[in-house]
Amino acid sequence: MELNEWVFVGAFLAIAWTFPLAPILANYFLAPSRPSRIKRDTYECGVETVGDTWVQFKVQYYLYALIFLVFDVEMVLLFPWAVAYNELGMFAFLAGGVFILLLLEGLVYAWRKGALEWS
Amino acid sequence: MTFIEEILREQLGLSADLAALLIVFGGVLVVATGGLLTPIITIWLERKVAARFQDRIGPNRVGPLGLLQTIADVLKLLSKEQITPRDADKVVFFLAPILMVVSVVTMFAVIPFSPLAIGADLSIGILYAIAVSSLGTIAILMGGWGSNNKYALLGAFRVIAQLLSYEVPMILALLVPVLLAGTMSMQGITEAQANIWFVFFVPVAAVVFFISSTAEVGRQPFDLLEAESEIVAGYNIEYSGMQFAMFYLGEWLHAVVICLLTAILFLGGWQGPLVNADNVIGPILGMVYLIAKTTLLYFVHMWIRFTVPRLRIDHLMAFNWKFLVPLSVFNMLIVAFIWKLFPAPEEPGFVAELPRALGVLVGNIALVAVTLSLLQGYATRERQKVEGLVDETLYDPRAPRVAASATD
Repeated sequence: MELNEWVFVGAFLAIAWTFPLAPILANYFLAPSRPSRIKRDTYECGVETVGDTWVQFKVQYYLYALIFLVFDVEMVLLFPWAVAYNELGMFAFLAGGVFILLLLEGLVYAWRKGALEWS
Repeated sequence: MTFIEEILREQLGLSADLAALLIVFGGVLVVATGGLLTPIITIWLERKVAARFQDRIGPNRVGPLGLLQTIADVLKLLSKEQITPRDADKVVFFLAPILMVVSVVTMFAVIPFSPLAIGADLSIGILYAIAVSSLGTIAILMGGWGSNNKYALLGAFRVIAQLLSYEVPMILALLVPVLLAGTMSMQGITEAQANIWFVFFVPVAAVVFFISSTAEVGRQPFDLLEAESEIVAGYNIEYSGMQFAMFYLGEWLHAVVICLLTAILFLGGWQGPLVNADNVIGPILGMVYLIAKTTLLYFVHMWIRFTVPRLRIDHLMAFNWKFLVPLSVFNMLIVAFIWKLFPAPEEPGFVAELPRALGVLVGNIALVAVTLSLLQGYATRERQKVEGLVDETLYDPRAPRVAASATD
């Protein structure tokens, strides 16, 4: 039974690709195509493109990604805890609580260090 | 399902495996096509509702009430040239819109439409839905990066920051129904709400989930990734024709799916009066209930969309990390603690489950009260900080307007 469910998901993944692909291909065959040099330029407010695309960007993006990583790992571990929670005793709450608060401490540390300021 | 299998096996003489496989593919086609066709309605609905909010009439020329407007738009987009910029990364550029739609359509596989109608009742249903929807983030990044355009790249950076951040409170809020139901299966969570819907005793989790999943879709007021007035259109600026349409299809579908998920996780999914798997109309009625709940949530979604202006990016991030994340963490701890304080009811029933639900509700109310008082203190401090800088009479409606009347 359980395997059947995954067959369905697999079939879904196999078929889902064709849904966006079909209109894009239909568009490719139906629409006129007259490429020109100017048309294929990179768009920039109507003026000619200035400089390189790979501009320098803010370091904040990395910091947020790092904080996210901490929580992401936490949540993967919390899902089994939540599923089994009803069958476990009060100790499960204590263990989970300590685990979550330890990670929250990481957020507080980042907060105090100013990693959450967008300046 | 079984009677179709019997027809296939006995009338057409197919083997059991082949019949089962045919049913699987038939089901996939029905669910995926149904899902893909919903935006035709919702786009029309959204334009109509937007028009009413802004005191306009909205589309009313193509077909009755303008119902065929979306189809006309699709036909127009079909006749438009698909331009690929010269400097673009062609493979990534081509794959991005496809992945965008795939990431949302595959979520329909685990949506329980009624007691009997569910594509795949996976034991990790929710985790699957979240994992698959995260692929949309990668699709947007691929589009932004592959376009080789400054605006597109800026949009892609904002996407990473915003969608990653809002995934944290979303999943933390989502742990609450998982914890209450003791399962990750979508059908299991719906069945756990047979007597009391979760929204009635964990409203904080429901609201946090709804807000952060609105941000996950990237629509107003969280539409920084495509902010038209700042970075033109963000990640999809270089796209045209059907490739552009696919990005929009993905976004609209995602908006429907988050309303579906909220309805299933917190509003009881297909639960409602007279829904019983034993009678014939039960499953159909369940589907009607689910669609009604989804439509209601979708209206709230549109209401927010056309009322609240776009957030600034620093406010957006502060709102997430300094408000939503701590709130959802404490919410989860409080719910988990109170849930353990009360003994589990011997047998399911409204009266038996009521004390525990009321306890959790009181915990939620206390949490909201503490949060609001903290917010009030913060707002007061912020106001005192800027009070010295602003001439109050400028904004005071009761102040005499001598200068204004003189120049009129």
